[in-house]
Amino acid sequence: MATEPATPNGHRDGHAMKPPGWYEGETITRRRMFTGGAMALGGIAGAAIGLPAIGFALGPVFKNSKVTWQDVGPPGDFTADNYVPKTITLTSDIGEAGKSTVYIRKSNPELPGEKTGEFVAISTRCAHAGCPVRWVTAAERFVCPCHGGVYDFQGKVTGGPPVRPLDRFATRVTNGQVQIGPRFSVNSQLKRFSPRDPGEHLDGLWKYIYPKRFTTPPPQ
Amino acid sequence: MAIRVPKLPLRGNRHRQPWPLEEQEHNGEVQLRERAAELQAGIVGWVDERTGASGFLRGFLFRKVPKGTNWFYTLGSATMFAFLSQAVTGVFLAMYYDPSPTGAYDSVQHITNDVFLGSLVRGMHRWGATVMVVLIFLHMGRTFFFGAYKYPRELNWVVGVVLLVLTLAMALTGYLLPFDQRSFWATVVAVNINGTAPFIGPYLADFLRSGPEFGATTLTRFYSIHMLLIPVLIAALIGVHIYLVTKLGTTAPPWLKAELPEPLEKERV
Repeated sequence: MATEPATPNGHRDGHAMKPPGWYEGETITRRRMFTGGAMALGGIAGAAIGLPAIGFALGPVFKNSKVTWQDVGPPGDFTADNYVPKTITLTSDIGEAGKSTVYIRKSNPELPGEKTGEFVAISTRCAHAGCPVRWVTAAERFVCPCHGGVYDFQGKVTGGPPVRPLDRFATRVTNGQVQIGPRFSVNSQLKRFSPRDPGEHLDGLWKYIYPKRFTTPPPQ
Repeated sequence: MAIRVPKLPLRGNRHRQPWPLEEQEHNGEVQLRERAAELQAGIVGWVDERTGASGFLRGFLFRKVPKGTNWFYTLGSATMFAFLSQAVTGVFLAMYYDPSPTGAYDSVQHITNDVFLGSLVRGMHRWGATVMVVLIFLHMGRTFFFGAYKYPRELNWVVGVVLLVLTLAMALTGYLLPFDQRSFWATVVAVNINGTAPFIGPYLADFLRSGPEFGATTLTRFYSIHMLLIPVLIAALIGVHIYLVTKLGTTAPPWLKAELPEPLEKERV
C-alpha cells in the first residue's frame, strides 16, 4: 500500500482536509491568520480603553503635592515649655474635613537635638492609625483616644502601639509671622524623613519595607 | 436530494382561528376568561419559541437536590437577595446623595429627615449592609462545615472568597459616605491600615485617598468604587457562582451516609 505524502498541515489525505485557498509552501493558514488578527485587534482596542482608564485612576499616586506655608501667629504667641494649639488647612475647599490641629512651641535648647530660635510644630495625627491626639498639659503627654498611644513632650513614644514619634511640620518666620509648611516624619532619634503614613516604621530594618512616596516633598 | 427544512415546533392551537365563531356564543364572562388564558399562553409560547428559555429554566429551577437538603442551604440565596436589596435601595439613594465633602453630610440628613420614605430606604440600605455581611459569613460557615468546598467545588469556594472580599470592600467604601465624624475617622484609620502593607502600602494609601492627605476627591473615589466598580464585579461573580452551583449540584449534609447500590450493599461486611 503506497502512502501518500503528507500535506504541509499534517493531514494524510490532502484533498478533503486542505482549507480553501491553501497553496504550496504556506506557513500559516488563513484561519489562523484571521483568528490571531481578530484577537490582536481586540487586544489593541481593549488596551486603548483600559490603559487610559487605569492611568486616570492611578494618576494621583504619582503627582507631587504643592508646598504651601500658612501663618499661625507672631512668635510671641509661643513659649518653650508648653504647646499652643493652632488650626491649619491641610486640604483646601473641602470644609472642616480638610482642617487639622497643630501643636506649636518654641524650641528648647535643653532638650536633645534642639537649638534656640526655632519652632516645633507637632502634628496631631497619631503614628499608630491616624486618630487625632491631644496634648494634656498636666501629664505633659500627647494622648490618643483610639488605642492608647502616648507620646512625651518631644512627641517620642512613651506607651501604646505607635511605631514612631509624632509627625512634625516645617516651620519658619516670615514677615513677623510663624509659618507652618509641609509635613515630615521623624524616627525615634528625631531624624527627619519624608512624610510617611501612620503605622509605617522608620527605625532599623523595618524602614526599608515602607518606601518614600511620589506625592510628598522631601523633608525641609 | 430534498432540502431539509427545520421543523417549527407546532403547538396544538397553532392553526386554529383565534376566536372561532361558536365561542362567541358563549356566556361573556366564560369567554373572556378563556381568551385571557389563551393570550397568556400565547405570549409565553411566543417568547419561548424564540429564546428556548423554558428548557434552560426547567434545568435551572427544577434541578435535583440531594436527600437531607435543609434550611441551611438557603443561606446563599439569602445573601444574594440581600445584595439585590442593597442594589435597589442604593440606586434610589443615589438620586438624592451628593458625593462632595461639603454636601455629603447635609444630603444624607436631607434623605433621612425630609425625603418621603427616605429614612426607610436609607435604613434598609444601612441595616441591609450588616445583614449581607452576616449572611455571607453564615453561608461560608455552612459551606465549610458541610464540606461543600471539596472536589469538584474548590473553584466555587475561591469565587465565594472573592465575593466575600468584595462585600467587605463594599462595607468599607460605603461606611465613608454618610460623612459624619465616625465615617471620616473610620476611613482615615482604614486607609492608614492599608498603608501599612509592606512595599505597596504607601502607594495603595495614596491611591485610595488620591493624594497624600484626605482630599476633595477621596469621597468621590470611594463613592465611585462603592456604587459602580464593586457592584458590577459582585453581580458578575454571583453569575459565575450560581452557574457553578447549577453545573456541579449541591452536596448532601455530612451526617447522611451514602446509599450504596444493591450489589455493593451485599458485599459490605
